Amino acid sequence: MAVAEQGKTFAFIKKRDSLWLNGKLLFGAFVLLAVVSIEFIGPLFWDTELATVASAPTNMVPIWVEADANLGFKQPDAAHPLGTESNGRDMLALLIVATPRSLRVGLIGAGIGMVVGVILGFSAGFLGGWVDAVIRTISDAVITIPGLAVLIVIASYVPQLEIGSMALIMALFAWPGPTRLLRAQILSMRERGYIQMARLSGASTFDIMFKEMMPNLLPYLAASFTGSISGVIIAAAGLETLGLGPTRIPTLGMTINNALRASAVLRGMWWWWGPPIVMLIVIFVALFFMTIGLDEIANPRLRGIES
Amino acid sequence: MGGLTKEYVIKRIGMFLLTVWLGTTVIFIIPRLVPGDPVQAMIGRMMTEGVDVENSAQIIKAWRERFGLDQPIHIQYIRYLYNSATFNTGYALAFFPSRVDDMVARAIPWTLGLLSVATLISFILGNIVGALLAWRGTPRLAKMLLPLSLTFTSIPAFMLGILLLYAFAFKLDWLPYAGAYQRGLTPGWNWEFVLSVIKHAALPALAVVLVRMGFWALGMRGMMITTDGEDYMILAEAKGLRPWRIFWRYGIRNAILPQVTALGISLGSLAGGFVIVELIFTYPGMGYLLYRAILNSDYTLIQGIVFYVIVGVSLAVLILDLIYPLIDPRITYQRG
Repeated sequence: MAVAEQGKTFAFIKKRDSLWLNGKLLFGAFVLLAVVSIEFIGPLFWDTELATVASAPTNMVPIWVEADANLGFKQPDAAHPLGTESNGRDMLALLIVATPRSLRVGLIGAGIGMVVGVILGFSAGFLGGWVDAVIRTISDAVITIPGLAVLIVIASYVPQLEIGSMALIMALFAWPGPTRLLRAQILSMRERGYIQMARLSGASTFDIMFKEMMPNLLPYLAASFTGSISGVIIAAAGLETLGLGPTRIPTLGMTINNALRASAVLRGMWWWWGPPIVMLIVIFVALFFMTIGLDEIANPRLRGIES
Repeated sequence: MGGLTKEYVIKRIGMFLLTVWLGTTVIFIIPRLVPGDPVQAMIGRMMTEGVDVENSAQIIKAWRERFGLDQPIHIQYIRYLYNSATFNTGYALAFFPSRVDDMVARAIPWTLGLLSVATLISFILGNIVGALLAWRGTPRLAKMLLPLSLTFTSIPAFMLGILLLYAFAFKLDWLPYAGAYQRGLTPGWNWEFVLSVIKHAALPALAVVLVRMGFWALGMRGMMITTDGEDYMILAEAKGLRPWRIFWRYGIRNAILPQVTALGISLGSLAGGFVIVELIFTYPGMGYLLYRAILNSDYTLIQGIVFYVIVGVSLAVLILDLIYPLIDPRITYQRG
């Protein structure tokens, strides 16, 4: 009787304090999900053809703003609630088309970087010796190279970049982070009691890696992944802002580049560069919250000092 | 002072050379992965973009000379490495009679000055904020307000730069929106000029500081929490030392060490991100020069700038690595 009751309370505690039910993580994930859904919901409500050049009137202010005729802006119209830019693109359609692309570059680039990082990190941590020395030295060197600068050289030579190739290039500099993290974790984990125990019980290396270590590494990996998605999106948006990267299809960074080239900042056309920046910031903040939440799951001490 | 062992110094210098070699090799390989003769492709591209290719014969000659394009690839590579090692970066294509190193030399002081001051400020402020966030003795009100300083952490500096530009240069008209100093002033050590430089640097520096501060604060907070559990902290408390002294001499002194390592690691991404900040503020440093080089498809200039950026960042990391044993004496016991 007593035992059963105890079991009940334990189940209750477990459910409430479940590791993954971290407020920051859930908040971030929810916001990110909302942004991802734009790709599927957006086209149902809005004509994405309006994202092409000259498909709408130029220089129209957003619907809630009074247009200043002295500056040559057109009065708002319900057909273009977020206004239009100087090339005749509808800002709302632009956002719907461009946002998923930025996310996709981030996901693919960080994903490839992660896979490479996991493989190299595990190899370095497990095999040790010269393999470890080589992997550690190279990842240390790559991490000091200013990635964006080299990416600029690459992007300026490759004339037409698609989303896929862009992501691939981004992955070039996305792998050292996860590699270092995993290597360090595995080195410290290898000496812990439960791993030693598993080894002594004759568990195969594969079992130790995936059954014993992986569950404990998962929060670290997830935190590193969300962090590196954010890093890749920043780098990609940066390249696009410089006028490199995909040019045929609109991306958020390209929109910022167009706005800068037309000196929209000093013409007061905030609705041109504002929406892509706000959209990117929403993505970054969501990923940031997820990263912090996952960090707290991985390292409970970060939750703060209870005084 | 005895912290610097010969072995350690040699190892670090080796790391520096490896990093520079890796970076320059990547820059060498990329153009050769694109099909066709890079020189022809470049001239063709410049023509289609309507760039005036007046001295094309000279340019082609300069390029073939620099890369020895009629030579087999391994000879080309050795020549390229030799040229890089001797800092012979050749002529700029689009700005022809100018040499790449002259253009870089004119741009580099602006970037170096602004970036190092901004990095230093953000590092100091961020670490203090982070330490205060984790410390028990921090007043409650401060603990509520300090997290606000982390708001900008996840935003890239150049986006914050656009927002700052709009708010302070366009709307409020408090600060200038472009350049490094007011036009018409002659550079020199007089108050008017120095003041103008500071005014022009304020917004780009603010963008970097606001963004990076949170990064340092978060790291420092984590480190301080870890330090808090250490035995020497409890001993210090038991000895009855003043809390303030424990905070500075025991807490921060130990927690700051990994932060210095992190500073070295982050320099690369910092320099890369700053390229775009300079573009936003038309600041005449390396980043803006790089942007102009891209606009004009000036490949020698692009390669030259990136080469110098790689060398510069690696050099900064090397210096940091060499200083490190001096601030953390334990490092020699472990490695020496």
